[in-house]
Amino acid sequence: MEEKTILDDLRKTFPEKILETSAFFGDTTIVIVKDGLLDIVHFLRKKPYEFNMLLDLTCVDYRGRSPRFEMVYHVFSLAAKRRLRIKLSVPDDRLSVDTLTSIWKNADWLEREVYDMFGIRFEGHPDLRRLFMYDGFEGHPLRKDYPLRKRQPLIPLRK
Amino acid sequence: MTGNFIYTRFNYVLGWARKFSLFHYPYVTACCGMEYMSTACAHFDIDRFGAGWTRFSPRQSDLLLVVGTICQKQAPVLKTVYDQMTEPKWVIAFGACAVSGGIYDNYAVVQGVDQIIPVDVYVPGCPPRPETVLDGLIKLQEKIQKQDQDWRWKKRRS
Repeated sequence: MEEKTILDDLRKTFPEKILETSAFFGDTTIVIVKDGLLDIVHFLRKKPYEFNMLLDLTCVDYRGRSPRFEMVYHVFSLAAKRRLRIKLSVPDDRLSVDTLTSIWKNADWLEREVYDMFGIRFEGHPDLRRLFMYDGFEGHPLRKDYPLRKRQPLIPLRK
Repeated sequence: MTGNFIYTRFNYVLGWARKFSLFHYPYVTACCGMEYMSTACAHFDIDRFGAGWTRFSPRQSDLLLVVGTICQKQAPVLKTVYDQMTEPKWVIAFGACAVSGGIYDNYAVVQGVDQIIPVDVYVPGCPPRPETVLDGLIKLQEKIQKQDQDWRWKKRRS
């Protein structure tokens, strides 16, 4: 199995940075520690694996669990047509992760979206501003503790 | 007495002229735009009701069709478009999102465009069928006919 060789190779190269791996019907997932992100991603970006496309980058809010936030990255290899999911937990005391903008350009706006919606900071990001919500918007709306009916209109409403 | 008769007749004629020459401005933001297109094109043919002219300039149009979801970030744009339209002007809220926010009961979406601009006719549906839109248009025409027409040059003189 090809997935197995990637996972074995990763486990061998980064023994202390990879917490968990799984391959389930082509659904290949690795769970890593936060500090290992850049090293592992650099490793995956290069040959022989060539994960040259960042498909998606998002965050999950597990409210009530500690650590509360989990980052999820989906990467794809155009040459090998292979996918890989990378997960890492964000420590509660410092909500920040290293940016991937130096590796994949499209991480720029994806990370801005995560910053906007979840309030996670990206260390080294060139332009960390809100992406979807407007200036003056308070809070991060995709967090589970954001009030469901809270409204912050940009212009005064008529009634 | 004769003056009143002339006034009401003139009002009627002006209303008749206005209701059959609605130049509309489609403010299309979402999937309701598909239904707007089929309403405006040959199958359902909004031109039968004199509203065939689509002006993509708010300054030249009488009828603002708010077609689709309006989010909070977009509210100032819609307000500006409405303010740029010259009198007389009317607004149709087209589809569930424009009427009430629709399924989007959340932080991002305006819960009905009547929170931003005054609305004359609400057309429900997700999206509304073209027949529903035409029904709404006819309702608006009835409303225009019954209105006391905004008759600027007369108001200025009096």
